[in-house]
Amino acid sequence: MKILVTGSTSMIGRAIVDRLVARGDQVSTIQRSPSGRTDVTETQGSITDIDSVTRAVAGQDAVLHLAAKVDIMGDLDEYVRVNVEGTTNMISAAREAGVTRFVTTSSPSVAHGGESISGAGAEPANPDATRGNYATTKAMAEQLALAASTDAMPIVAIRPHLVIGPGDTQLVERVLDRARSGRMPLIGTGLALVDVTWVDNAADALIAAVDQCHNLGGQAFVVSNGEPRTVHELIGRITQAAGVDWSPRSVPRKVAIFGGSLAEKVWERTGREDEPPMTAFGAEQLSTAHWFDQRDTRAALDWEPRVSLEEGFARLGEHYA
Amino acid sequence: MTSEPLDAARLPPSGLHGLNLSWSRLETVEIDGNARTFHFLDTQTAAEEQFDLTVLCVHGNPSWSYLWRNLLANLPAGVRGIAVDHLDMGFSDRTGTYRRLAQRIDDLTALTNHLELTGPVVTVAHDWGGPISLGWALRHLDQLAGVVLTNTAVHQPQDAAAPRIIRTVRSKSALRRTTVDTTGFITGAFEMSKPRTPPHIRAGFLAPYETPQRRQAIQHFVEDIPLEDDHPTAGTLDDIADGLGHLADTPSLLLWGAKDPVFSDLYLHDLEARLPHADVHRWPNAGHFVTEDAPAAAAIVDWLSTLKTRAAPVAHQSAPTTLLEHVSAPDRRDRLAIAEMTDGQNAITFGDLSERIESTASGLAAHGVQPGDRVAIMVPPGIELAAITYGCWRLGAVAVLVDGALTPPQMTAALKAAYPKYLIGIDRALAASRALRWPGERIALTAASGPHARLINAAADLQTLRANATADHSRPLPNESSEAAVIFTSGSTGPSKGVRYTHGQIASQRDIISEIYSIRPDDSLVAAFAPFALYGPMLGISSVVPDMDVSSPASITARTLAEAVAAIDATMVFASPAALASTIRTQADIAPRHRGALTHVRLLLSAGAPIRTDLFDQAQAVFPNAVAYTPYGMTEILPVSTISLPEIHEAGTGNGVCVGRPVPGVDVQIRPYDDAMSADGQASFGEIAVKAPHARLAYDRLWHTTFLASQPTGWHCTGDVGYLDDSGRLWMAGRLADVVTTTVGPIAPVRLEQAIEALPGVAMAAIVGVGPHDNQQVVAVVQLDTPPKKAGLADLVLIDSVRRAAAATNHGDVVAVLSVPALPVDRRHNSKIDRGRLRKWATDVLTGKPIGTP
Repeated sequence: MKILVTGSTSMIGRAIVDRLVARGDQVSTIQRSPSGRTDVTETQGSITDIDSVTRAVAGQDAVLHLAAKVDIMGDLDEYVRVNVEGTTNMISAAREAGVTRFVTTSSPSVAHGGESISGAGAEPANPDATRGNYATTKAMAEQLALAASTDAMPIVAIRPHLVIGPGDTQLVERVLDRARSGRMPLIGTGLALVDVTWVDNAADALIAAVDQCHNLGGQAFVVSNGEPRTVHELIGRITQAAGVDWSPRSVPRKVAIFGGSLAEKVWERTGREDEPPMTAFGAEQLSTAHWFDQRDTRAALDWEPRVSLEEGFARLGEHYA
Repeated sequence: MTSEPLDAARLPPSGLHGLNLSWSRLETVEIDGNARTFHFLDTQTAAEEQFDLTVLCVHGNPSWSYLWRNLLANLPAGVRGIAVDHLDMGFSDRTGTYRRLAQRIDDLTALTNHLELTGPVVTVAHDWGGPISLGWALRHLDQLAGVVLTNTAVHQPQDAAAPRIIRTVRSKSALRRTTVDTTGFITGAFEMSKPRTPPHIRAGFLAPYETPQRRQAIQHFVEDIPLEDDHPTAGTLDDIADGLGHLADTPSLLLWGAKDPVFSDLYLHDLEARLPHADVHRWPNAGHFVTEDAPAAAAIVDWLSTLKTRAAPVAHQSAPTTLLEHVSAPDRRDRLAIAEMTDGQNAITFGDLSERIESTASGLAAHGVQPGDRVAIMVPPGIELAAITYGCWRLGAVAVLVDGALTPPQMTAALKAAYPKYLIGIDRALAASRALRWPGERIALTAASGPHARLINAAADLQTLRANATADHSRPLPNESSEAAVIFTSGSTGPSKGVRYTHGQIASQRDIISEIYSIRPDDSLVAAFAPFALYGPMLGISSVVPDMDVSSPASITARTLAEAVAAIDATMVFASPAALASTIRTQADIAPRHRGALTHVRLLLSAGAPIRTDLFDQAQAVFPNAVAYTPYGMTEILPVSTISLPEIHEAGTGNGVCVGRPVPGVDVQIRPYDDAMSADGQASFGEIAVKAPHARLAYDRLWHTTFLASQPTGWHCTGDVGYLDDSGRLWMAGRLADVVTTTVGPIAPVRLEQAIEALPGVAMAAIVGVGPHDNQQVVAVVQLDTPPKKAGLADLVLIDSVRRAAAATNHGDVVAVLSVPALPVDRRHNSKIDRGRLRKWATDVLTGKPIGTP
């Protein structure tokens, strides 16, 4: 199969490309700067540029769309340009090029506000309920993508929840940075149950979605390890794996949410580009339950997570050894 | 046709929650020369539909047929539901007339005649619909198939004032304002609902009563309550009350919300006296609108299903009770019956005990206690408890026995439910009875005087009653089928339920215990578990009650237990696990002169709660020559099975605890759980159902609970889950309600709990499920040997060990291990964990809510 992978330089992107190459697929990528990989066909360019997108999708059977703006801070316009327009660019160019499978990555946050989720399925994306620019624009993108699914080019949305693994900068490195400098408190009790997805399992699930694409057009699936853990335990496991000393200290939930929204405003006003110590969205995410019903996902994708969290944290330990 | 209605009958508006508009009908009937149009609900929506039975539902004030929407929606095929709006009520005509009870019975009759309702009918009624429906029923005895009454009345009991609320509303100043000018009477009625009726349902009840004109009959209904003897409706109501004697052969069901400030328990008991054959279900926490506050509609539907299979009542032809045959056997007269180690040593021989039983029965009879009357007995285990309980049995009175470990509110709830006519107790119990307004005329043990007597204000004392009575040995014994006791035990969850036993059932229980433990006349018993203080004399053997606090079995020490053993050179010790744990802890204190007596004990029985094997081993070692046994059972059936300590070791590990083979006469069935296999492939895993001659008769005033727990008839569904192994041994894996429903199947808690409790540093563990049904996650809550001050996540090392234990027992993933200062346990045994409460707590904590205490 000839398959184009966007966002291929991210942790999960690398894992996906490795697997596809290993099983004999012809892999192409599109990115702004050369990756140095020799086992893929590279198109240099941005998903926001229709010309480079058109060049990249030419002759492809499938598209696996990972590229997104995931930063914590930034202008809404920039999120819209990358997450919404980037996705619609990919879909229309792929359709023109005769692509027959399209898998887009989404996020469980597209369907939820700040409430606890315990064992829910993949509810419809709802940009009116989401919190923060990332979730809102991903929700818009997913709605557009699923609506654009056709028999000729079925589109499937996969929502991996909190992908972690060696080299993860989104969660693992942030936790470790803060733990090292003594700034990693528990928000509230730290006992909310949260799903995470080990990177290899997320990669397997996305490839499974490409393989099963014809049966699943227009549907969205949440993907996780199916082993919910308390936030307290996750931080404990991550710091333990990296050999970083961490002792839990608690910040009241409301204080953290207030502090987070204050920090966001200050960063916005002053135009700071670095990350604030906390955002309201982050504080909410870390203090409410988020775990999902995986039965439909596993049946539909014909997929099971191969790496348990126990195994995953052991690998993380080896990574930092 | 002479008068036009002020406001014509109409169909209800759409959008009333739960109301199926296709049932709404309007029919015009001629009554006293006037055309009157009724609105009513009718589940017959096509004329060709065939029905075996019609349920005729009659609402009260202020209400309308909307009250019966859930019942109508759940009626089985073949049953037609008709729920009428009275004229001037609901969506029927506003006639502008004044309609009293007699008129309303005529109105209902006119409608059913018009509908040509000639087949079998069950009337169902609420509030003042009760007398109307009964008036109709008494006119239609030939087609009457049953009577269902909910929170209603037919008579004002002589010695009680009318309900304050009704008197207040009836006062001149309030009547029109609350009933007509405002919707106060309707909204006020719903203020009485427990739990609060949701706003969209209240809106449904208010819908037909928008204007004062439409509310006029609410006032008329209140005025028509005959509070005075010369009231125009008094005669009609008296005729109905007197007529209930005609319903002796009519199946009857009384459903009651006990928190109704108008139709209180008083009226339930009045109706019970008039319809002594009635099935009764009383919800202790439901209010006036019992069909809103409790699953009364489901109870009615299930009750209707029993009508077809009801056998005609047969006269009881059973033999006299044998319960007291060993106590009064002539060859035992001089033997010790009971010794008490409390307050010095009291002792009584069987001969003297028999005499005391006779004088108790005669004294109570002389005081007016009748066979069948309920007598609550609140006396600690010992000679008096036996003498009074057996005295009641001798007389045919029903002993109400309430576990001393219940909290005062639980005792209040139990006594209000059982409603004993008399309460015999020690002074402390009588003082509590007076302060907490427990029902039952107080009878003290001994005569008292001075301020103390005023405090307890007893109507009589047993000492005087016995002294003044002439023993009547020719008094007939009650029959085996007569009711002997209502027993309230301390469940670990929910309100305590009264369990009714007949003489025959208790006698069967005595005989089965005697058989399985090979009890001989020369055996003697230490009753360190309160209930057994009553069994020893019944078995005809000498018993001793050690020095202990009834409400706390852990108050027994090795020293007091050994003293008791030595006092009668006991061959058997019956104790609870908590008492045994305390004995093991304190065994160094046993006086050397008592140690020899411990070697004469041949049987050690642990009862009341499951016992851990390591604890049982240590307890057995205290009685070196004893064989240790523990029975499995519950308040409703004890024993179901029994197992010895060597057999426990031989059984090894399985899914839960091995509780041995069913005892002779007991049938055990496993009801498949949810048609699914359990997670560890135990195909026959499911709820344990039991059939036994010594099983309970019924739950008291909980008809529906009894029905649901007795499927099919004669069986008792235990609420425990487990399985029978290949060699016929029964294994108990936990409570049905505590089963965790994971994506890989149901998981019963006990096995994994045992595996976690075997980990170093863990004192006690509980498994609970969080999340939606069928997708629950397994959570372990542990109490460590050195517990933390505040609840929180267990350390990662323990979490790893717990997950390994879960993997080894095939219990899947344990998402979290929470460590708590103390697990919530029952008061009596300190060992039955309230997993329901723990599940709710864990669910809150694991969604990020504040931790608090479980």
